[in-house]
Amino acid sequence: MSNSFKLDIVNPEKSFLSKEDVIEVVVPAFEGDMGFLKDHISIISFLKPGLLKVVDATTAEETYYVEDGIIEFKNNCLSVLTSNIFDIKKVDKNKVKDILTEAEKDSQNNDISDQARYLNDQKIEVLKSLTLN
Amino acid sequence: MPSLDDLKKRISSVKSTQKITKAMKMVAAAKLRRAQENAEKGRPYSEKMNNIILNLSSGILDKESAPKLLIGTGEEKIHLCIVMTSDRGLCGGFNSNIIKKAKLYFKKILDDNKTLKIITVGSKGYDQLKRTYKDYIIEKISFKESKNINYLDADKVGKIIIDRFKEKEFDVCAIFYNQFKNVITQIPQEQQIIPLKASEEKKDSSSEDNYEFEPEEDEILSNLLPKNISTQIFKAMLENSASEQGSRMTAMDNATRNAGEMVDKLTIQYNRSRQAAITKELIEIISGAESL
Repeated sequence: MSNSFKLDIVNPEKSFLSKEDVIEVVVPAFEGDMGFLKDHISIISFLKPGLLKVVDATTAEETYYVEDGIIEFKNNCLSVLTSNIFDIKKVDKNKVKDILTEAEKDSQNNDISDQARYLNDQKIEVLKSLTLN
Repeated sequence: MPSLDDLKKRISSVKSTQKITKAMKMVAAAKLRRAQENAEKGRPYSEKMNNIILNLSSGILDKESAPKLLIGTGEEKIHLCIVMTSDRGLCGGFNSNIIKKAKLYFKKILDDNKTLKIITVGSKGYDQLKRTYKDYIIEKISFKESKNINYLDADKVGKIIIDRFKEKEFDVCAIFYNQFKNVITQIPQEQQIIPLKASEEKKDSSSEDNYEFEPEEDEILSNLLPKNISTQIFKAMLENSASEQGSRMTAMDNATRNAGEMVDKLTIQYNRSRQAAITKELIEIISGAESL
């Protein structure tokens, strides 16, 4: 029996990625990273900025950066709704730096809520790790 | 009776108008395909979003503590209307249809002695509304500069709405846009986004699964609902742009055809008067020759 399930990643503009044969997906859920295998219980959660890992049948691992979004797992189908996602291998380093400087500027701002600050710190951390590689 | 020269000028002017409308039709047709594709690509996102929200809201048992964006403020005194139109004209009844629909709604609200606030998105809507409803318009937004519709623009509008809601500036919010059905038919829509109206369609049984929520339902909801508003605005913008191009294409097609008919009519008139002039001249010559 195969142990793969379906993954759908959609942006507002288009369907970003659709795969029938993923084996494992790790998403940066709001309360900590969450790994999905086949027959996971139905769940709805939302994301914080972080890296989303996809392992498919060919055991190739792909990593994407996501900024926010919602995930839903149901009937062996994982839907990820996100407005900001890119493949870390294909993205331009300068673009990452741009987002990073933007985020650092935001963190200087004192009148943002604790939650927004937490998310922003996460974002800076992940983006920094990306620029190092 | 216009002179031969005048007729000739008119024919050539109608012909050049026809060329312009034909070109506009071609451009609209090309843009329509892209806009239609975009609208279709955007659908899965808003559908999934809707589904998740439905599941979530059915999971909330304590209606009192539910986020305000979902259940509303409990009053409906102040209505905010987002009227979404195009930035450019020459697209048939596209803008007027939205405005007509919106005006009906405005009238109803004013008749009920409720307060009305209007935000216009797209400059044509503002132009048409400013005559009668100038005092109610609190903000006008236009995305003339951005070539393509993108989510960031929709997000900006969404943020404006949410900020105003948090300031308790309105109780009910509705958006007006044209839904793209096909090239010839666009249906003006009125959609209430705050408080969120549970869609009337029956939920399929699969959506009644028991979900795990992490974190709690209401926390997810309060995170999700603002996003949903931006998504709905974005969806409306996509539908609108497809409708605009479709509407422009049919309007320009009609204009081209009408110009063709006019050219035919004018050509007949031109030929007739030319013939009449020739006949007249002949008669003059003959009668002149006879009198000799």
